[in-house]
Formats: sequence, structure tokens, C-alpha cells
Amino acid sequence: MEQELLLKEQIQQLCNRAGNNNFGDVMVVGGGISGIQASLDLAAAGYKVYLVDKAPSIGGHMAQLDKTFPTNDCSS
Amino acid sequence: MIKKPKYVDESKCTGCKACVEYCPVKYPDQFNQEISQNKAIHIYFTQAIPLATYIDESCLYLKEKKCTICQAICKADAIDFNQTAEKVEVNVGAIVLALGFEPFDPKLRNDYGYGKFKNVVTSLDYERILSPSGAYEGEILRASDKKHPHKIAWIQCVGSRQVNPAGGNSYCSAVCCSYAQKQVILTKEHDAEAECTIFHNDVRSHNKDLERYFQKTEQLPGVRFIRSYVSIGKEIPESNNVTIRYTTPDDGVKEEEFDMVVLSIGLNPPTNYQALADKFGIELNSHGFCKTSLSNPMEATKPGVFVSGSFQGPADIPESVYTASGAGSQCGELLDYRRGKLSKERIYPPERDVSQEEPKVGVFVCHCGANISRVVNVPSAVEYALTLPNVVYAQEQLFSCATNSAKEIADMAKEKGLNRLVIAACSIRTLEPLFRDTLREAGINQYYLDMANIREHCSWVHSKEKEEATHKAKDLIRMSVARSSHLKPLQEFALNVNKTALVVGGGVAGLTSALSVANQGHEVYLVEKDTDLGGMARRIHYTLEGLDVQEYLHDVIRQVYQHPLIRVYTEAAITETGGFVGNFITKVKAQGRVTEIKHGATILATGAEEYQPIEYLYGKDDRVITHLELEEQIVKKEESLLNTRSLVMIQCVGCRNEDRNYCSRICCSESIKNALKLKELNPQMDIYILFRDMRTYGLKEDYYREAAGKDVRFIRYEAQDQPQVEEAVDEDGRNVLRISVTDLILGKKLEIDSDKLALAVAVIPSAGSQEAVDLFKVTTNQDGFFKEAHVKLRPVEFAVDGVYLCGMAHYPKHIAETISQSYAAAGRALTLLSRDSVVASGAVAEVNGNDCISCGACITACSYGAIEFIMTPQGRKAGVNPPLCKGDGLCNTVCPTGAIQLKNFTNEQILSQIDAAVAGL
Repeated sequence: MEQELLLKEQIQQLCNRAGNNNFGDVMVVGGGISGIQASLDLAAAGYKVYLVDKAPSIGGHMAQLDKTFPTNDCSS
Repeated sequence: MIKKPKYVDESKCTGCKACVEYCPVKYPDQFNQEISQNKAIHIYFTQAIPLATYIDESCLYLKEKKCTICQAICKADAIDFNQTAEKVEVNVGAIVLALGFEPFDPKLRNDYGYGKFKNVVTSLDYERILSPSGAYEGEILRASDKKHPHKIAWIQCVGSRQVNPAGGNSYCSAVCCSYAQKQVILTKEHDAEAECTIFHNDVRSHNKDLERYFQKTEQLPGVRFIRSYVSIGKEIPESNNVTIRYTTPDDGVKEEEFDMVVLSIGLNPPTNYQALADKFGIELNSHGFCKTSLSNPMEATKPGVFVSGSFQGPADIPESVYTASGAGSQCGELLDYRRGKLSKERIYPPERDVSQEEPKVGVFVCHCGANISRVVNVPSAVEYALTLPNVVYAQEQLFSCATNSAKEIADMAKEKGLNRLVIAACSIRTLEPLFRDTLREAGINQYYLDMANIREHCSWVHSKEKEEATHKAKDLIRMSVARSSHLKPLQEFALNVNKTALVVGGGVAGLTSALSVANQGHEVYLVEKDTDLGGMARRIHYTLEGLDVQEYLHDVIRQVYQHPLIRVYTEAAITETGGFVGNFITKVKAQGRVTEIKHGATILATGAEEYQPIEYLYGKDDRVITHLELEEQIVKKEESLLNTRSLVMIQCVGCRNEDRNYCSRICCSESIKNALKLKELNPQMDIYILFRDMRTYGLKEDYYREAAGKDVRFIRYEAQDQPQVEEAVDEDGRNVLRISVTDLILGKKLEIDSDKLALAVAVIPSAGSQEAVDLFKVTTNQDGFFKEAHVKLRPVEFAVDGVYLCGMAHYPKHIAETISQSYAAAGRALTLLSRDSVVASGAVAEVNGNDCISCGACITACSYGAIEFIMTPQGRKAGVNPPLCKGDGLCNTVCPTGAIQLKNFTNEQILSQIDAAVAGL
């Protein structure tokens, strides 16, 4: 427990020293279906994630598809 | 990182799109593949996240300092031309590269008329043409005259499976066969009279359930599959129709006219892949995809950098999803020490007690882009909703599921004091969780929600009867409003999570997932029925790509045995299991002792088996062997094999037939793998592969080419004309196996005298999987492979909470794919195990002990084992275990006295709905 507090403090100090809040656990590059899933999983498992995409929106190519095989469910 | 300026302040933009309306600049819409026009200021696409406008490079102000109309229009004062590119620095412990793919550009080749002939489009263009939010609002139109095309052709393998210096890739893009079939099905749904022709090479329907999908497409009237290389002929000036030249064995070369041609383009690595690789310090393979470890497809060449999705190589959606979860799990292994240190819990506003209030219902009617509003008159439905009892507010929305719409709903609920919400949109199956969340945001109990499904149940099925459909939509809304007034606030409850995992199956899948879970600090019990760990992989020695499987396997088994958190039970059987998500109890019998294991998550990795053939003299003549047996002989360098002059392999033995109507997926690559090994051992050996479709998908295609280059001979046969095998004596008096097969190119029967026959036999579900089905209450598909919760988006979990799947028990897989999926199962299990509690639904069944006659009908009906007899003061009565209950209501229907009721679907609620339905007659 004590160790954990120490670690938390250390991380906090590191954040402060960096002078900004841009301290995270994982950066996911690409906001298509794969990047979104990776981000969701990591966030649900207790990590702070930066998700980065070059387009103005996440979604990637899957958002461009009408439906998906073999169920023909809506893609976007 | 450089954050590009959007010239719109996202925090202020409401997504109202007034600016878009007034913007004078029209510019080809990139999201719609430049088929339609958009404005210089626009929202990327209708369901974009963030749902805010941005200004692109076509803006007059950015180019010439003119205009600024949008600034004047915007009421939120969100337009900010002073934005500049911003440098952002981020410090992280790991990176996941999910860079995706770039669609192949057929313009580079200039040989299919793309960019030259108006009615030649790519498959991605065609997706935007099919889509209701696409270029023509969901109507299939030709670019030349905006008319409906009647005769449409698909050309497969455009930019794939070709070695062409002018552009194109040697590998197979793995997804195009099935997406083209999907486009044919959708085209036929749009226009039942359409004539669709697919010009193809091998049909690669290698993934789960895709063989049946192919058959479904093939059997549609007016659909032709023609196996031929093609070239584009000409564009006919008057009609802008396009001709295609192709050959058939019967008719020779033909030229046929089509109204429209769709090019099934392949998947390239992302643009600027080299620059990106340099930036992240990783290596690429010869195609420009990420170079990964042979035994770990998520591991890039730099520590701490992981890769998922089609940046590994062509991948479909489920693979992109499970490699993502797998990469996530490996980040977790690396960063376990800091889990939960930086993340924040989401906090909802306190729940308002509305139980004493009169129902005040708000109705939100969704256009779903054009999915609903193309058929249903949405404004009139809104007007109608306002006339219904208890409704105090109603409005329409373009996409109720969009972020800003959800916020709008929550805001309106607060402003108007709504205490019940009716969302008239799509199926609850997809979006109920989202709207429940919206209610929580509004401070209302999330069970005060009803959804009227006016899409699947209305606009989609009544697309030709607009007036009646609108009428029906109103009926559905009236019913929902009636029910909503009887809804009760229900409480979800938190369950503690036991931090231990149980892994069933000690093959590569079970070993990998057990290690990954244990490496993240959780205790794991690994149960294997055999005496040794390793499973099917014990019989595999090398992969097509060159992994030494035995070395790898020994290493993994050693790690498992040495891991302080993993306990291994071999020769073990599971005798009993029970409990629910986060709190399972399983009894394992091993070495005569029964151990009771308490665990929060279960991973089922029960593997698959090799089909024992009855075909082709197998078992009668010992020269006929399966591929696993051949591999054994290769590794032992057996005399009889080395002396073989001629060896034949037959594909699809025991599958792709009536008994097993699926493709076993791995056998084509296995045959190539062994053929190449044999050529290495004895280059003089004549090797023939008799196949139906060579399914060396993705990057494995290169090995197929290599084998063909090394004189392995490939002969295609048809399902209805299978090869025949007989024992015979050749001219030299030697005993041979004589295999006769029709050569479809030459059109005549061939006889091959061979010394050995290797059968590429089917992969079949294991007996262990069937036992698991009975024990763990999970389901399989009709072929006996585990059925995942969602084929695309939840590929490694079951519908039962807390139970995950991986490996061949899901579907035949190569070792590397199994490893990916096993990491994914571990990753998904960690999203549960890393938490202290999980929330279980409040919409569960409940027994009224006074009415229960203890008949047990509900207990038999429940497929989740959620009901059992309990002792109560009134005697033995049925009792529901709420965390196990899925709220499917099967028990309700069989209860003879109505003692068991489903909360949230009470008789009162359903009867009120029926009354409202009848009231409209």
C-alpha cells in the first residue's frame, strides 16, 4: 500500500515536471475499428489512452462501409 | 504530434450545420469518395465523432481571405480562423499502431478504365453509393446519367494477386471475395431485377460462415459467378456502358456490355508507410506492412510498440478487433504496475426520484440519416406523438445515436422535466445501452426508457409503402408511449469480481491466454484433459512462415509451468460448474482428487480435431495419409517419403460438402507448406495439388506463387466431379495409386500415378467443445464451433458474461492467428478482472412465491441455469439468481400460474402496449 502511494506520488511529480497533463499510459495511432477497440479495452482495463487519428473524425474505413458481411448489419 | 487546425472550436460547435448550408464553396466530398460534393465547412460524416464541423483547404477565406459567411452564421461563435497547427507532446508507456490500410488506387494501372470511364467505380465508391448517408442517399445510380444500373459487373482481385510492375500487389487482400458477395446481395435488395456478374479467380470464403454466404449469393436469381481473367473493352459513347472481355471454357472469348462495373480493389499498406515506420522506429515487411514476430503478430520490431488490424497485413473486421484486444493485453502486461493510476471513473449526476410524479413522456423520432425518413414521414410522426396521453414533448433528430443528439436528449429531459423517454429509432439490440446512458446523464433512472423500432420493424421492411409505414410508425410510437407510463425504476447491482481466471484447454490458445492473464498479476487455473500440454500444436513442427513450432511450444510450456501464478491440472476433467460473471465456481477432477476453483472469468480454448477420412482409400492403403501424418514423415525424413517420385494432395476432404458445409481455412496453406518442404527435401519429386479454390489468403499468397514457381502442379476440380483413387500397377510394374481427375482447362480426364496421397482433411470441432457447451451454457454455430457474442465486434466473448473463447474451438486457425485471438481473450478477460466489481442488469425475472406451484417448468426453460428451487417460508419454490438471468423471458411463457414475471416486461406493461396497438384499429 505504501509502495503504491509512493508510485502514485512519483507519477504525479513526473506529470507536474512535464508541465502539462499530457501524461498517459498508451497512445493508439489510428482511429479505425482496430484502434477504437484497442482504446476501449485499455480504458476499461484501467489505462489512460490517447487515441490519435489523421482524419477529422474517428471511424476509419469501416465508417465508410454500408453494411458488413455475413450478417449484413449496418457498418457505421 | 501536430494537431491540424479545424478552424472550428469543437467545444462550442453544436453540429447544427447552419454554416454548411450557407457556405458558398462546393468541394468533392472525400468521405463519399469524391462522388458527391460537400462544402468547405462541413461535418466529416453524419455520425462523426466528434460531431463538429471543420473547414478544409477549399475555404475561400483560407485561400484568399474572402467570405467568412460561416462566422456570421454561427450562433455558437465556434468559427475561429486564428487557429493554427498545434504541437502536442504526449508521454506514454506503450504505443499501439492501428494504422489501417489504404485502398488500392486502380488509376495507377490505367487498365480498367477507372477515372476514364464514368461508370467504372471502385468497391469503396460503391459502398458510398449503397449507403443511405452516401453520395446518392442510398440510391444506386450511375455517374454518367444518374440512372439505376441494371446490369452490373464486379471484377475481383484488382490490385491483388498480381505481379505487375505498373502497380498491384502480389498478395491476396483476403476480404474482397466476401465484400463483393455482400455488395451483390445488397444490390439485389435495392433492385430485385438487377443482373449481377462477378468475374473472379479462386473464391476465397475461408472465414467462419462465409462458405454459406457465398452459396447464398450464388443462388440468388440473376447472379452469375464467372471464373475468368478479364479486361475492360471499351466505353460505348451513346450509353456510357462499358464492355468486358472474358473467356469461358465452353464459349471461348466473349465481350459483354454492362451498365456499371465495380472494381474489387485490394488493401494497400497505409500511405507514407515508410515515413511512419521511420517515425516509430519499426521495421516493415517487403510489402510495406508492419514486420511482426513469427509467434506474435502484435509485436513490432521495437519493444513497447504493438500493432493491430490491417497494418499487420490484409485483415477483416473481426481480425482487426481481436488483434486490437490482443495488443491491448500486451500493453497491459508491460504496464501492469501503473494500471488505474491515471484513469478516471465516469461520474453521473444523482438520480432524481420521479416515482411520485405523473408520467411526463418525451418522444424523440430519429431520421437515421435517410434510413427511416426516406419511408416514414418523420415530422408527421412527431406531430402525432404530441397528441398522445402523457407526452409533453416531442422532436425529430437526424441521428439520435450521435453524440450531440444524446446530449440534446439529456438537455431536453432536464429542461422539460421529462421522466420517461421514448426513442423511435432502431432496434434495442444495438442502441439500448447508449440511450440508457443518456437517461443516466439526465439524472433519470435508466429503465424509464422505451424504444419504438421504426427502422427494422418499419422503414426497412415497408420501403415501398410509405403511407402505411408512417401509419405503422405512429402505431409503434403509441404503443411505446403507453408502455413507458407503466415503467418502473429498477436498480442494477454491483457484484464483486473474483480476480482469478480459469482457462480450459492447454493447447497454444489456452497456454497463451493463461500466460497473458498471469503476466498481468492474476491467478490462473489451467485445465487440460490430456497428459501433456500443447494440444494439436504438438503435431505441428513448422509454419508456412518458418516458425519452429516445437521450440516455441516448449518455451511457452516452460513459462507456464514456471509461472508462480499459474496452476496446471493435466489429465483433468471438469465435473461441475456454476456461478456467474465475476463469481464462478468450478470443480476439477485430476489425479483422483476434486478441486473446487473460484474464478471471476472463464476462457474456453478447447481446440479442434482432425477429421478421420473415409474417402480416397484412407485407412485401407497406408500410402494414403493426412497432412498431419505427412508432416510427421517429413520431419522424420522417412525413407518411403524420400523415395517418393510422385505425390498427390487432395484438398477439401470432408468439408465444403453437405455434411460439413464450411471451409477448414488452413488446409490450402498447409498443403503449400508441405509441398515446399518436400521440394526442399527432394526437388525431383512430382507434386500435384488437386484443389477446388486455392485459399491462400492474405500474405500467404506469396507462398502459393513460390510453390507454382517450383513446379508444384495445381489442378482444379469441381465439387460434383471429385477425383477418383484406385490401386494400380504402372508401365514399369510398380504398385501405384492411380488418381484420375478432370482437367478443367484441357477438358479431359487425367490419370496421375503416384506413390503417396496426402489428404487435406477437415478441421472438426473437438469433443471438449461439446462438453464445454453443456457445462458452461455457451452455444455453437451450426457447424459445432463456438458462437461468439457478435461476429464482428465481439469475436472473443460469449453471450454469457464473463466467459471468453479463443483458438480453433472458435474456427480453424493458423498458429499465429490462434495466438492473436488468445491474447485478445486475455485482454477482454482483463477488462473484467482488473475491476473490483461489475454491474448486473436490473431487468431480471422475479418469482412471486405465493403463486409458485413448484412445477419446475421455468427451471427447464432457462438456458442460462439462472433458476433453481430454493427453500422459502412457503416451502420449496423457484428462485431466480439475478446475475445469471439474461432477461429473455422464456420462463414467463411457460409458467402456468404467472408466478414468474420479468421486471421491465411486466404483464401490465405489455398489456398496455397491446391495448394501445388495438386502439388504432
